[in-house]
Formats: sequence, C-alpha cells, structure tokens
Amino acid sequence: MIDLSKLTIKGARESLRKKEFTSRELTQASLSLIEEKDGNIHAFLEVYDDVLSQADEADKKISAGVDLPLLGIPIALKDNMLFAEHKATAGSKILNGFTAPYDATAVEKLKAAGAVLIGRTNMDEFAMGSSTENSAYGPTKNPHDLTRVPGGTSGGSAAAVAANMALGALGSDTGGSIRQPAALCGIVGLKPTYGRVSRSGLIAFASSLDQIGPFAKTVTDAEIIYNTIRGLDPLDSTTVGEDTYPHKKEFEKIIGVPREFVEKEGIGEETKKNLEEAIEKFESLGYKVVDVKLPSVPYSLSAYYIIQPAEASSNLARFDGVKYGAHVDGENSIDDYFQTRGAGFGPEVRRRIILGTYVLSSGYYDAYYGMAVKAKEAITAELRQTFRSVDLILTPTTPSPAFKFGEKSSPLEMYLEDIFTVHANISGCPAISLPSGFSGKLPLGVELTADLGREDNLFKAGKEFLGE
Amino acid sequence: MDAQKVLNLAKLARIEMGAEEAEKLSNEFGAILNYVGEVKKVEEGNKVDKFDKEVYATRNVMREDGEPHESGLYTEQILKQAPAREGDYLKVKKIL
Repeated sequence: MIDLSKLTIKGARESLRKKEFTSRELTQASLSLIEEKDGNIHAFLEVYDDVLSQADEADKKISAGVDLPLLGIPIALKDNMLFAEHKATAGSKILNGFTAPYDATAVEKLKAAGAVLIGRTNMDEFAMGSSTENSAYGPTKNPHDLTRVPGGTSGGSAAAVAANMALGALGSDTGGSIRQPAALCGIVGLKPTYGRVSRSGLIAFASSLDQIGPFAKTVTDAEIIYNTIRGLDPLDSTTVGEDTYPHKKEFEKIIGVPREFVEKEGIGEETKKNLEEAIEKFESLGYKVVDVKLPSVPYSLSAYYIIQPAEASSNLARFDGVKYGAHVDGENSIDDYFQTRGAGFGPEVRRRIILGTYVLSSGYYDAYYGMAVKAKEAITAELRQTFRSVDLILTPTTPSPAFKFGEKSSPLEMYLEDIFTVHANISGCPAISLPSGFSGKLPLGVELTADLGREDNLFKAGKEFLGE
Repeated sequence: MDAQKVLNLAKLARIEMGAEEAEKLSNEFGAILNYVGEVKKVEEGNKVDKFDKEVYATRNVMREDGEPHESGLYTEQILKQAPAREGDYLKVKKIL
C-alpha cells in the first residue's frame, strides 16, 4: 500500500514517471483513506464517481510517455468551483441539485495538466465564515483534533490535504479562506495576487477580493499547482499578465514585521512565541528582519466587512429560484423569490446580505461604502510603499490555533479571525501561510505577504523556511 | 439598527424573514457597525503615492463588443438547470 502521509506531488510524479506505482493505485490509496477517515472528518461533500476512470486515462498517458505537471495526481476541489457535469453547491441548500454546465478555467487547467479530480470539499456557505460551521451540509473537523474546527472557509480542502486524502487541493480566498485553514490544519496555503488566477466558473462571493489558490503539503507543491492554474483568461477580464506589475525591487532577503499591529491585536502567548521563533529562523537563514509601521493596515478588517457584504448582497441576487438551483413555490412570482431565498440561504449568508444592503443604501453609502473604498486605497498604497524597502511582511496567520466548535459565539468574534489575513485581499497582494510548529497537538502558521505580482518572493522564502 | 429596519432591508433583499430573526440580527448589527465604522479613522490622501498608475489591483476593464457565439449552442446545457421551463423558455408565474 502507498503511504500517502510521506508523499508530495513532486515525489508522486517521480514515482509515477518511474512506474513505481500507477495513478490508479495512487488514486485507490486516496479513496481508501477517505473511506477510512472521512466519516469522522467530513472534508468531502462528494467523491466523484468517475475518479478511477480519470486515473485510468492518466495511466494511459503515462504509458504513452506523456509528462505533465499533475499527471495522475489526486486533487480535491472546493465546492464553489464548477467541474462540468458534476455537482457544485457552494455549501448552500440554494444550490442543492445544481450540476455544473461548464468547467471553471482553473478546473480546465488542472484537467489539462493531467490531474485526477477526486471530489468536492466542504466549505462555509458561499465562503462566508472561518470554521466551516456555516456549511449547510454539516461542519468539517480538524484532522489534528476532531473537537476543533479546521478553519474556513476552505476547511474541507485544508482537512483533505492535512489528512493525506488528497495530495493537493484548490480553495478560494476572499479574506483569508485559504491561509487561515492552512494554518489551522498545518499545511501550506497560497492566495495569489488578485487577478493571477481566473475566477471564471468560481461561484462569486465578493468579486473585488475573491481569488483561487492552492493547498499543499510543501511550498514546492503549492508552486506546481499555482503555475498550472495561473494566467490571463478572456473569460475573466480582471486577470493580469506577466507585465502588469513590473518588479520594483530586487529580492534582498529583507522581512518587515509590523510589531505594533501584531501586538495590539490580542494574540495568544503561544502564537507570539511562535512568531519570534519564525523570526529567529529567518535570521538564521540570512534574512534581515526589520520593524515596519503600518498605521492603516489594522483597518483592513473594517473596510473588508463593508466592501465584502456589499458585493455579496449584489452577487447573491442571482439566486432567484428561476434560472437554476432550488425553487420554493410562493403565492405569486415575487413571493417565489422570498420563499426560495428565505429557505435557501443560511443564517450567516442572510446576515451578510442584510448588512451589505444596509451599507449600500441611500443615506449610509458615503459613511460606510465610500469610506471603505478610500481606506482600501490608503491601505494598498501603504503596503506597496513598504514593499519598496522590504521584500516580505511577516505576521502570524491567525491570532490563535484551531478553536473548538461553537467557541466563537458572536459574529464579530468570528470575523476577527481574519485580522492578519484580510489586508492581502484588500490590497490584492499575494500571501502564503506556512506551517511553523505546534501548540500541543495543534498546528500554528506564519504568513508572508509580498508586493503585487511577487509570488516568486513568497516561494523563495517559503522553501527556505521549510527547508525544501 | 432596529428590528423593523432589518425587516425592511430583508424585504429589499427579497428574503423571507420572521420577527425573531430580525430581532436577533438587529442586536448583532450594533457591534458589527460599530467595528466597521472605525474605517473612517484611516487618514487617506497624502499617503497615496501618485507616482505609478498601477498601484491598485482593482481597476475598470473595458472591451469592445465582440462576435457572439453561434445562437443556441449552450441553450440546452443552461436550461437543463432551470427549476421550470417551457420549451426554450424559463417558466415563471403570471405577473400581470
């Protein structure tokens, strides 16, 4: 039997190339592990029924001497990405029964690279949350401690990779939804630069912030997936090319730490100690670590909780019980909308639609949305100017390790989970969460943020940090 | 934000909502709006460097109208997902 816990994408590709095992054998090992563990973890909402035929296709190509970056590798998809002729629900009842009519661009690129798409993973409904507790299909559990959350919203993808049920996965990140679960599950999670990966076929949440990215066990593997899915796409006009962000600075191994911000935000002792250890490790690797002042960045979360519900309230207007998805019959045509949306959307989604409707409403628009957009500009400029003198900014990924189910009792407490991740979405900058040790049996993560278009810096420093 | 205001917003958003949920939401919104209202403390303007146009990741993207695909190519795939249809039309209740 193949030991998936010791296998990376890079290693598995080598073994497949050398015919040490077949994609069918590798995929079967994944399926057995899902069978064995996922009853408890609940990372997957569905394992696709054509997985083994995908693996056989890959094996045919391998036999014919074809070499592709992900050929024969089992990869999981977050439930908000379209895979033609397969179900996708975004963790919501309102999309129960929906079958994707086409492939998301990122999915198409995975297929073209030979990946075996193994199944769709659990998530907070419409990617709203930080724990997967908001999924309409029940929560996912943290593989390191089943009484705790895996983080969210891409908690299913993170748990699937952390429990070795898939060698990699795609997630989406609007305020931290890849990096936070990666940290809580002890793996690598990357949010690329805004526009780096096409969102065509990603179920929209907050369109000025959403970005697709990879989960993997190593930075090298995350880079392999990233290189597969990135690129300009005529189907998503916000995608950026190689020349969109000319490099402003040579990589000089300089890391900035916004100590004032980090220390103000009430982080746990373990997390603080872990950050200091990460700083020492980077210093021992020849990095120069300096203090940076980021006075506007702490307001990213406030700006985020205006811009994001505002965009969600308009994006989710499309779910009307007429075009696709669930339908609940009302007394007349407009009552159909009320009944369908009333029954289809869960509590957090309703909360955000109402909040978004409020901040966009006449009389409040300038005080909330208008101010948030100005803050977004100031935060972006502040970060980009900082990146003229440092290559990377280092913070913890989350204020604490994985929390217990039901522990965050008010919405605001849950929202604060994004405090160290959300600046990257507000500014569009790429950021990566790296596993940085444990508090007891619970994983901790540190986050590196780089200037727009500088994923290369994240990969260089990330690989050195993890000794790859 | 009081419960009546929440109900009005729910109506605007076409979401059926009961009085109990509206009450709960109105209690939570106080803390949330208080927190997000902090955003006005960001000093904007002078810190924004005007030296490069590409400083922001979001911008308007425009294009000319292009040639559409052949009519009817995707009709069946799309309509297959509709809760109710009649021929090649989406079916809804009578409006007038």
